[in-house]
This record gives sequence, C-alpha cells and structure tokens, in this order.
Amino acid sequence: MKAFTVENGLVAPMDRANVDTDLIIPKQFLKSIKRSGFGPNLFDELRYLDEGQPGQDCSARPINPEFPLNFPRYAGASILLARENFGCGSSREHAPWALEDYGFRCIIAPSFADIFYNNCFKNGLLPIELDVQLVDRLFGEMYASEGYQLTVDLQRQRVVTPSGEEIAFEVDAFRRHCLLEGLDDIGLTLQREDAIRAFEAQWRERSPWLFDAIR
Amino acid sequence: MSGQTLYDKLWQNHLIEARDDGSALIYIDLQLIHEVTSPQAFEGLRLAGRKPWRRDAILAVPDHNISTDSAERAAGVAAIADPVSRLQVQTLDENCADFDLVKFEMNDVRQGIVHVVGPEQGATLPGMTVVCGDSHTSTHGALGALAHGIGTSEVEHVLATQTLIQKKMKNMLVRIDGQLQPGVTAKDVALAVIGKIGTAGGTGCAIEFGGQVIRDMSMEGRMTLCNMSIEAGARAGMVAVDDTTIDYVKGRPYAPAGEMWDVAVSAWRELHSDPDAQFDTVVELAGEEIKPQVTWGTSPEMVVPVDGSVPDPAAFSDATRRAAATRALEYMGLAAGTPITDIKLDRVFIGSCTNSRIEDLRAAAAVVKGRRVADSIKQAMVVPGSGQVKKQAEAEGLDRIFIDAGLEWREPGCSMCLAMNADKLGAGEHCASTSNRNFEGRQGFGGRTHLVSPAMAAAAAVAGHFVDVRDWKEV
Ligand code: SF4
Repeated sequence: MKAFTVENGLVAPMDRANVDTDLIIPKQFLKSIKRSGFGPNLFDELRYLDEGQPGQDCSARPINPEFPLNFPRYAGASILLARENFGCGSSREHAPWALEDYGFRCIIAPSFADIFYNNCFKNGLLPIELDVQLVDRLFGEMYASEGYQLTVDLQRQRVVTPSGEEIAFEVDAFRRHCLLEGLDDIGLTLQREDAIRAFEAQWRERSPWLFDAIR
Repeated sequence: MSGQTLYDKLWQNHLIEARDDGSALIYIDLQLIHEVTSPQAFEGLRLAGRKPWRRDAILAVPDHNISTDSAERAAGVAAIADPVSRLQVQTLDENCADFDLVKFEMNDVRQGIVHVVGPEQGATLPGMTVVCGDSHTSTHGALGALAHGIGTSEVEHVLATQTLIQKKMKNMLVRIDGQLQPGVTAKDVALAVIGKIGTAGGTGCAIEFGGQVIRDMSMEGRMTLCNMSIEAGARAGMVAVDDTTIDYVKGRPYAPAGEMWDVAVSAWRELHSDPDAQFDTVVELAGEEIKPQVTWGTSPEMVVPVDGSVPDPAAFSDATRRAAATRALEYMGLAAGTPITDIKLDRVFIGSCTNSRIEDLRAAAAVVKGRRVADSIKQAMVVPGSGQVKKQAEAEGLDRIFIDAGLEWREPGCSMCLAMNADKLGAGEHCASTSNRNFEGRQGFGGRTHLVSPAMAAAAAVAGHFVDVRDWKEV
C-alpha cells in the first residue's frame, strides 16, 4: 500500500450529500477481477453522457460538461471535498480503488459511511471528517478561488488552507500508523498468530459446533 | 455495573485482544464468498504465498451476475453470455478449487443469493461472527449473530488470519412495540425506520431490533429487517435468539445435531440483551402506526406511506436535503404533490436478499392469485432467493399462480436488484421493487426504483400503479 504523509494538492468538489458507491463506481465495472484501472469510470454516470461499459475506451465518450470534475480548473485534483454520508451503500472496495486510481489521495467530508471509510485506509486513501460548517466554508473558498489547494499533513493531523490556517482533524491511531508507514494489515495481524491460535483453541472447546461443519 | 447488550456479548465472545488505541482483533466464525468481491482477495493471498486459515469457516456461492433465465442457466457457466460476467464466475470456481473451499455450483439446488443461502443451510448460526464482502451481510444478524459487510482487503484479511481488526460500535436499540396492521410487513417496518432515522442514522452503530413486533415476526421477516440495517447506516443489525430462531435453525444441513444440538441451544439461550443493558441510542416506533411504505426518491430514506404523496422539496428546512430532494424528483421524473397511488409503473421486480424467501413469495402469490398483471406493465418478474426457495415454492404451486397471472418465474440470483446480469430497467422506467436500494442507476442506467414489500409490488403489478395492499380483496 502507498504510504500517506503529506499531500499538497488541488481541491475538487463533489457537492451533494449521500453520494453512494453505485454513483462512485457503477456495478457494470465490478465485473473486473483486477484491482486497478477503475479511474476512468469514477463517477461514470455523472461524468459521461452515455452508459459506460467495462473495457471501453473512455477517451472517445461524450463527457458531461456540467460535471465539475470535467471542468479544466479541477483537472489533476487530488483532494475531494464532499458532503454528508459520503460512500454510503455497498461494501465494494472498487469505490476507493476508483478514487485512488483517478488520482485522489484524500477526501474531506462532514461524515462518511462506515464500510467505505474503513476501505479507504486499506488503499492509501485518507478520509477526513470535519465539522459540517467548516466543510461548508471550504466549499465556499474553493469555489471562490480557482486553483484552490490544501495541504493535508497526516503526521501532524492538520489540514492547512492557502491562508495558512491550520485545521486539526481526528484519525484513529492504528489506522494513522498503518497509513503513514504504508503497512499491510495482514502481515501485522499474523505477528499475533499465537494469540489467534490460543483464542481459537478455547473457542473450539466452548463452541465445538462452529468447527468442521462445512467441508 | 449494568448488564450487557446482545452486541456486547457477541463482541466479548469473539474478542482476541483489545489494543490501546481502541482497535481490537476479533475472531470470525464464518466467511461467505461470492464472485464479485473475492477475486482480488484471492489474488492478494496468492501473491503473498498465503492460504485460507480455516477452510471449514468458508462457504462460497455465485449469485450476483449469473443469468436468471432457465435456458441460459441450464447451459452452464461456459454459456454465460456476457464474457466479463463469465470470467468472474469462472474465477470463483477456480479459486475455490485451488484452495479446496466448499462452493455451491451455479446449478446446485443449494445455490442462491449468499444471504439467503447462509441461514437456509444452517451455515449461519446464532452467536457467530459472520462476514462477507457485501454490505447486506447484516441480514444474518437475524439469527442472533454479529454479521457485517467488509471490503475486499478485509476479505483477504479474514481468509489469511480468521480475524478482523475492528473498533467496537455503539449500541442502538430500535424497538417496535404493539402489532402490525394486516398487510404491513417487515419491509415496511424497515423502510419506516429508515424514514425516521435517515440513511446515516445508524452510522457507527450496531442496531438491535426488539419489541413485540419483532418477537412476533418470523425469521424471514427478521432477515428482511436486519438486511436493511445497512440502509440505515448501520453495518450490523441483530435480533435476540428466541424459540423462533431455534426452531428455524433446527435440522438445517450444517446445524449441529444430536447431543451437540442441546449444548448449542443452551449457549444460544444467552444471546439476548440483559434487562438492565444500556443502549447509546433508543428509537421507538409503534407497530400500529406503520403503513405500507413506498420510496419516491433515490435514497431509501426518501420514503412515505402509500396513502401519502411525493413531498415538496421546499418543505425541507435543511439545505442539503432540499437539494437532494430536488435532484431526486428530477431523476425520478416526479412532481411534488403527486399521490403515491398515481405513480404508474413499467416493471415489477420481486426478489433480492431482502425479499426473496418463501414467505415473501407466498405473500406476493396471495395477492396476484386469480388476477392478471396489468397490460401497461412491460415485465413483472419473480426471482426466488435460492434453489431451495424455488423448489419449495413450486411444491406449493406458487410458480403456477405467478405464471398464470402473467409474471415471469426465474432462476435464483441477485438479478435486477443491481442489474449486473441481463435483468435491468430501461432509462426512465419506473419499477416497483422489493430490493433494498433505489440509488440512481442501481437497477439499470436511468432506471427509477420504488422500494416496496412483496405484497405491495404484487398489487402494483396487477393495478399498473401503486395501491394500498391493506384494501386488497382476495378473489
Ligand atoms: S440481492 Fe442485491 S443487495 Fe442482495 S446481495 Fe445481491 S446484489 Fe446485493
């Protein structure tokens, strides 16, 4: 996994509440058996005017001129500014894969859906929850100045605005550590193999019917 | 010290170790696998030279993008028309063969939607932790299990370690007292709860459903309710174990038997919240007040009773919700103030892990029996949740009732719930659907979904528009 330390980047808007995972990456693209290549289909139904198909060359498709990510001023953005309950719906990890593949490293919103929030950290993507009024203000600043950039410093847990204002954010210590170091969860967990085996042995003793049934 | 909630007990039983930073390692008893969210996990496992930790804790079944058409289905996996879908199903077959995992083949009578199959086979048992790379894993909580959806990285994590890194959620109790009116079902309860607390209302919580309505509810109904807890933002929903649960589990293929059964049952009897348990949030609804529900927008919280009308966005005081409602009405092609019963339908879908169990099909069949689907309906389909459900329904003659009424009788799978196979809505078409999500494009590009119960969907198929199933007279 790509480590995340400091991200200085252009900010783009996804200005609506309850953006669901079907909107982030429609189901036809879930048929892929790969982890990469979802970027061109991020927000597919909003970005293009036609219905996208997996494996298609997106460069020839009609783009929706009204969708902000298609505006030249947001090209190359790496920070997405969003509204309440971002990422609700399915557990598809294709959603963070698509955001990451598109080039986003950080999403700022007043709230996220649980599974999506969790999936982000597994993919080097940092979701930041900020107060709803604050997010509203950032939307205002971003719309008002073209080329609006933010600096996100995970080590210091700060979002820094162009005026130098520092906004603190919360992040779970374990997730922060893994993201800073780009650590693979599985390897870390397997270091606790003995504890898992010990638990399993007593659990089997207590609940033998949970073992060996499916074979 | 106050008592423990059901969730507290399930958590405690599976806690391997808690860390200083508030995260914890918990043990997973069952992982269900389907073709869409697993290929990348198996690939990761292979790349790291790892193997599944416990193969007897895994059950796989293809469901999401297989055909529900009998002829296409009968021809086998190699005949799946869409090559991308075919590859995904084949990849599941190969992965299960390589790692020697139990998998129900596409045409096995035990095959079906993963969340219908788990409980039906007794693979899901009370007191378990159950995960699946699918958000509707919450369904299994109906058996008194801690069950939630996970992402693909976590699928790989569970395969490799039999554990999950988790933070303990908050406890929410949704209590529905009293009794439901005739014609009102678990689906209406689920939608009414979401309408009340919103799609983010349960974020960060494990919901326990309680109260007389739940005690009186069948296992099928409890599964419908727990299934939709994710639509209220909660990863897990659950119901305490009682006789209904135990009677349901008894005799299922993977359930314990003989002496082991008695030991298991005495352990399961503990699986309820203690009388003095504290919940962080309590939401209460009166059973009598719940009416049949219909969604009008593009989020499950955009819901009203069938005797209501499409709301006016201007009536929402919150700016974000107002904007969302305005956009939803535009997408749905509906005008504010339209009575729900005036909404004309193009298609009807009865199926999905929310409502494709035998009880759902019985309820729908009772409504259409002796009648005909309206001429204005282009298609009305019934997709049983599993091969077992299909077999049972056919033994009861429900298939004939549906076919005689002009509905299609399909092979089991996810089907038009998310339209990954050929079953989908055309742009602009309105669908009465018993599924769980009315998101934009969910059932097909530009498709317009209205979530309802099976009885409401069946009545709408006959009438061509929504009707209040409470007024339905049997012929
Ligand atoms: S029926 Fe629908 S919600 Fe259920 S598992 Fe299948 S696609 Fe998901």
